[in-house]
Amino acid sequence: MHPLSEVDFQILWNRLIAVVEEQAQTLVRTAFSTSVREAGDLSAGIFEAGGRMLAQAVTGTPGHVNAMAEAVAHFIADIGPQNIFEGDVYITNDPWKGTGHLHDITVVTPSFRAGRLVGFFACTAHVVDIGGRGFGPDGREVFEEGLRIPIMKLAERGTVDEGLIRIVRANVRTPQQTVGDIFSLAACNEVGHRRLMETMDEFRLDDLDALAGFIFARSREATRACLKGLPRGRFENEMQIDGYDAPVMLKVALDMGDGTIRADFSGTSPQSPFGVNVPLVYTRAYACYGLKCALAPMVPNNAASLEAFEVSAPPGSILNALDPAPVAIRHVIGHMVPDLVLGALHKCLPERIPAEGAGALWNIHISARRLPGANAAGPDGAEILMFNSGGTGARATLDGMSATAFPSGVHTMSVEATEQVGPIVVWRKELRPDSGGDGRRRGGLGQTIEIGAADGYDFHFNAMFDRVDNPARGRDGGADGAPGRVTLDDGTKLKGKGRQHVPAGRRLRLDLPGGGGFGPPSERDGAARAHDIAAGYVSPSPAGRDER
Amino acid sequence: MTKSAVGRIGVDIGGTFTDTALELSGRLYSSKVLTTYAAPEQAILDGIRLVLAAAGVGPEAVGGVIHGTTLVTNALIARRGARTAFVTTEGFRDVIEMRRENRFEQYDLDLVLPAPLIPRADRFTLAERMGAHGEVLKALDEAEVEALAARLKAGGYESIAVGFLHSYANGAHEQRAGEILRAALPGVAVSLSSAVSPRMREFDRFNTVCANAYVQPMVEGYLKRLAGRLAGIGLSCPVFMMHSGGGLISVEDAALFPVRLLESGPAGGAIFAARYGKAHGLDRVLSFDMGGTTAKICLIEDQRPKAADTFEVARTYRFKKGSGMPISIPVIEMVEIGAGGGSIAHVDVMRQIRVGPESAGSEPGPAAYQRGGTRPTVTDANLLLGRLDPDAFAGGSIALSVPNAQEAMREHVAAPLALPEDQAAVGICEVVDENMANAARAHAVENGRDLSGYTMIAFGGGAPIHACRVGEKLGVGTILVPPGAGVGSAIGFLATPFGYETVRSSHLRLEKAKAAALQAVVDEMKREAVAFVARGAGDAAPEFSLRAFMRYVGQGWEIPVDLPDAPFAADCAARLRARFEEEYERLFGRVIAGQSVEIVSWSVRAATPEPEVPRAAPPPATSPAPVAGTRRIFDARARGFVEAQVVERAAMAPGAVAEGPAVIVEAETSTIVTSAFQAVMQTDGTLRLDRRAKAAGTPFGTTSREAV
Repeated sequence: MHPLSEVDFQILWNRLIAVVEEQAQTLVRTAFSTSVREAGDLSAGIFEAGGRMLAQAVTGTPGHVNAMAEAVAHFIADIGPQNIFEGDVYITNDPWKGTGHLHDITVVTPSFRAGRLVGFFACTAHVVDIGGRGFGPDGREVFEEGLRIPIMKLAERGTVDEGLIRIVRANVRTPQQTVGDIFSLAACNEVGHRRLMETMDEFRLDDLDALAGFIFARSREATRACLKGLPRGRFENEMQIDGYDAPVMLKVALDMGDGTIRADFSGTSPQSPFGVNVPLVYTRAYACYGLKCALAPMVPNNAASLEAFEVSAPPGSILNALDPAPVAIRHVIGHMVPDLVLGALHKCLPERIPAEGAGALWNIHISARRLPGANAAGPDGAEILMFNSGGTGARATLDGMSATAFPSGVHTMSVEATEQVGPIVVWRKELRPDSGGDGRRRGGLGQTIEIGAADGYDFHFNAMFDRVDNPARGRDGGADGAPGRVTLDDGTKLKGKGRQHVPAGRRLRLDLPGGGGFGPPSERDGAARAHDIAAGYVSPSPAGRDER
Repeated sequence: MTKSAVGRIGVDIGGTFTDTALELSGRLYSSKVLTTYAAPEQAILDGIRLVLAAAGVGPEAVGGVIHGTTLVTNALIARRGARTAFVTTEGFRDVIEMRRENRFEQYDLDLVLPAPLIPRADRFTLAERMGAHGEVLKALDEAEVEALAARLKAGGYESIAVGFLHSYANGAHEQRAGEILRAALPGVAVSLSSAVSPRMREFDRFNTVCANAYVQPMVEGYLKRLAGRLAGIGLSCPVFMMHSGGGLISVEDAALFPVRLLESGPAGGAIFAARYGKAHGLDRVLSFDMGGTTAKICLIEDQRPKAADTFEVARTYRFKKGSGMPISIPVIEMVEIGAGGGSIAHVDVMRQIRVGPESAGSEPGPAAYQRGGTRPTVTDANLLLGRLDPDAFAGGSIALSVPNAQEAMREHVAAPLALPEDQAAVGICEVVDENMANAARAHAVENGRDLSGYTMIAFGGGAPIHACRVGEKLGVGTILVPPGAGVGSAIGFLATPFGYETVRSSHLRLEKAKAAALQAVVDEMKREAVAFVARGAGDAAPEFSLRAFMRYVGQGWEIPVDLPDAPFAADCAARLRARFEEEYERLFGRVIAGQSVEIVSWSVRAATPEPEVPRAAPPPATSPAPVAGTRRIFDARARGFVEAQVVERAAMAPGAVAEGPAVIVEAETSTIVTSAFQAVMQTDGTLRLDRRAKAAGTPFGTTSREAV
C-alpha cells in the first residue's frame, strides 16, 4: 500500500466532514419531530476507535457540539469494550451523559471493518415527546420529566431489543413518532458507516489511526495559532437573567493562558427547583461555542480543537445541576452562556465582541382544545410548537440582526404551515419597532407575535421565555435592547415561564426582546438614523419610543 | 417552426459568453461571443450573424428562435430592478425580511444577512385575512385599497407585488386588490402571489412574487427590444423562451411571469444531457456542467431531468444554502457549487487547500492568462499538470503563461505547505474534484440514489478535463462527452418541447380523499397548463405528467410521487398510499406502518411530445485513433506524471479508440482520459469513456505507464 500523502490526508478529512453532513441530512429528511426536521435541532459525528471525535456536522445546535463529543466515551465505559460487537447499536437520553435533557436521544453505532472496530458514529435528535409532564419547566425532579433510558444496547449483533421498544412505546404520548425517530437515528448512523467503508475501500485503509493523528495534529496546531498572542490574564463577567420565579445570576471567569482558555462559572446561582437547570455538558457546549465563534471560527470541531477550552462550574449550581435536578428546558439558560463568556472576552478584546442579544429562543408550545359545546369543524385539539427569535446584539461595525437566532441556529416555521397543524390564528408576526438598543450600531429588533385560538377553541401554552425583566445590555455606551413582554391583547400581564391559559376570544401577545446597541448613540451616523426612521425600525418621535 | 427543413436557432446568454447554435437540415453551427451587459440583444445579433454566415444562409432560413438567459438571475444578484412596492396582509409586513430567523453560517459573529429585495419603506399592509382553509377571517376593505393605490401612485412605483396570507388556498382578496390597483395605476405592472406561485409557505411565496414584480418591467422592455432588433435583421420568425422547468413558453407569458426564466440556461444544459442520454439509451444519467465559475450537477432518470418545486437564487455567502432568496416555481433540480476553471485556491488556517467559490472570472482571470491575475486557479493547476496546452487554449485565442502559473502556485499554495509546485497543483485539482464529487454524492443521497450505476454526461468548458477523475471518485464507469459540449445549453434549447408546469398547494389527508374532488383540482390545473402550451404550440395535443407531493402526517418535508395520468376512482386513497410508500421506501429504506399519509400539493405538467431522438448506432469495429503527439500529464491514480498520447478529436472516426492516459483536443475544450479509462468515438460524434476493468480497484497501484 502506498503511504498516504499530504493531499490524501486533506482529501480524507474533507471526506469525513462530507460523510457526517450526509449522516445529518438523512436524519433531517426522515425525522418526525418538528424540532429536528423544521428547526435542525440535531447533530451527527464520527469518532475514532478510542471514542475521540474526528468530525461533526454543522447543524442548528451548537448545544450538541461538545456534549456529543463527550458522550461516546461514556458509551464505551458503560457498555464495556469487551461487549462491543459488530451489528450493535447503543442508546441513551441520560441528561448527564447525553446532551442535557431527556428529550434528546443519542444513538451510537460501532463501525467494524473486517471484524475489527475502527470507529463509532453518533447522532442526537430532540424527540417530540418522552413522556412525563411534557416539554416545559414545571417539573421538580428529572423523574417527572419523562422516561430515562440509561446507556444500553438498542440492538445487539443486529437484533433490536424489542423489550426496550415496548417500554418506550408504553411511556410516551407519541409512540409512533418517538420510536420512528429512534429508528431514524440508527439508520443515519448506518448511512455514515456505509459511506466510511466506501471511503476506506477507495483509499485502502484498514483503520483510521493515521488519519486521526493527522486531523488532531492539524486541529491542535490551528487552534493554538488562533489563541496565540491573545492577552493573558483573568477576565470576568456576570449577567442577571429572569430564571423561573427568581432572578438568576450567572458568573464567569476566563483564565487565558498560552494556547488554552479556562472558563469557570463559580459564583453562579444555585440550581433551581424547576426545570431551567443546566447539566455541565450543556454549559460546556455553549461556552466552547461562544469562545470558538470569537477566537477560532474556522477550525472544525473535533476532540483536539475542543481540548484548548476547559470549562468548570460548581456542582449544584444552575450551570452544573446534579442528577436528579429537573432540566427539561435547560436551553433557556444554556443559550445565555455564549453572551456571558463573550462579555468576559470583550474585556481583553474590545471591538470584536457583539453586545448582548435576546439569547434564548422564545419557543412556545401551544395546546389548543375545542370548547365544550362548540361545533367547530376542526380537530378536538392540537399540540403546536413554534420557534421564534428576538434581536441579536450590535457588532462593532454592524447593526445587530433582527429576529434572528443566536446562539441557537434553528429556523422558524412558516405561519401558514403552523396554522395547518392546528386551530390557531397567528394575527401578527412582524418586527417590533424601537426594540433594538440605540448606539453607534443599533441592536437587532425583536418581533411581535399575536396568537388567538380559532373560533370554537381556546388554548394553554407553555412559556419558556427570558429577558422579560433583564434586557440585553448594550456595549461600550450602547443602550440596552427592549425587554420582552408577555401579555394578553387586553393588557393583562402573563408570566415568562410555565403553563398558562388564553381564554377564547382573547389573543396572546408576545413582544420579543431586542439586542443591545454598540457604542454611544451620539456616534450613530445621520444617514443610518434617517434610514431607521424611513423604514420604521425606529419611531420618529421619542414619545413613540417610550411606549415600546 | 415544426417543419424540420427550416432552421432553428438556440441562444443562451450566460454570465461570460453568449452561445448560439443553429440547427439546419440536420447540421449544427455554433458560435460563442462575449456577453454584452449594457444591451444583451447585441451579442445575440452578433452570434446569429456568425452562425448564419457559417451555414451560408440568410435569415429567411430560420423558422424560430429559442432563447434562454441569465438576465433575470443577474438582475436579482445585482439588485438592478424596478422601483417595486409590496402589498401584504396586516401583521406580516416583514416576512421577506425576517426570513427563517436563522443564521446560515454558524460561527461568523459578523454575519450579514441578505437585504430583503423590497425594503421595509416600500412594503405596505392591508387589513384582510384568509384562514388556513381559504375561509375569510377578515374581509378586504376596498376603500383602504383605493387609499393605498393613491399612496403608491404618489410614491412613483413602477411595479407592484401583492402577497396575502393563505392566498394559495383562496386568491379572491389578492385578485380584487389587484383589480383595484391596476385600475388606479395604469401602466404599472401588478404581480399576484396566487398567480405567480400558489404554494403554501409565505416566505417562499412572497419572495417569489416580489422577485417577479422586481424584474418584470426590465424583462418586458428587453423582450420588446429584442423582437424589434431581430425583425430589423430580417428575423420575423416567432421567438420562444426557455423556462426554468425545462420547457418553452411564449414571449408574452414570459413577460408576465419573468421569474420563470431564472436558471433557463442551465436548464438547457440538462435538456442537452437528457437528449444524449436518450440517443444512447441511458436511463440513469448524471449531468456534469463545469464552466468558469461554477459547476452544475443534475440527475436525469428515464431521460427526464429531475424536477424540484423550489430553489434558491442570488446566494450572498460562498454559495451557502440559506444565504440567497428562495424562489418557489417548478425548476430542473441542480446543485451548483463554486467550482470552475477560474476558482481561486488558497491555504486556510488549518493548512488545508481550499478552492473557490471566489473566482478570478475573465478579468483578471487565472494567473496564466497574463491579465493581472496573481492568485492560483484551477486553470493554472491544470496547466502545470499538463492538462492544458499553453499555445492552444480556447482555440489559441488566449496564450497561457506557465511561469505566471508557477509563480502564483509557489507563493500561495506550494510555499505555505512546503510542497513542490506540481504537488500543490495536484492538491488543487484533487480538492476541486473532491468538492464536485461530494456535491454530486450528497445530491444523490438526498434523492435516495447510488451513483455507481450512472453514466456521466460532461459538458461546458471545464467538465471534460475533470470528468474522469470525478468519475473515479464517484465510482462512475462510463462518461459521455457529446459534440458541441461547449455550447451545450444552446443546443439543449433546440431539443426542448413546449411545456408548462403548474404547482398548487391543496392540503388533504388521504383518508378524506374523494375521487371527484381530486379530479376537480387536477382538471383545473390541466386547463391552466394547457393554455400556456397552446400559446406556443397551437393545437398540438399535449401530454400530461401528474405528481403529488406527499408525506406522513407529522413530517415536515414532502416527497414527490409521480402518478399515472388516469381518472381518480373510488379506490384512489389506497392507490395513492401505495404509490407514496413505494417512493418513500426507495428514498429512505423503509415505510412506517399505521401512520396516516397526506397530500400537501400537486403539480401538473403539460408538454408537447418531445422531439424524436435517433438512437446512436453502435460504433463499427474499433481501431486505434491517430496519435498527433505526446504530452506529459499528471495522473492522480498513478500518482505521478505519465506520457499521454495527444489525439485530435476531429481526427477520430467512429470506432476510433484512445487508451488513457490521453488528451483529446478540440477548439473549445480538452478531454483528459486518465489511465483508468479508454475513449471510443461513437457514430454521433460523442466520445464515450469507459473505465477499464483492469484499472478498477487499484486506486493506488502504480501502473506500467508511470513515467520514470
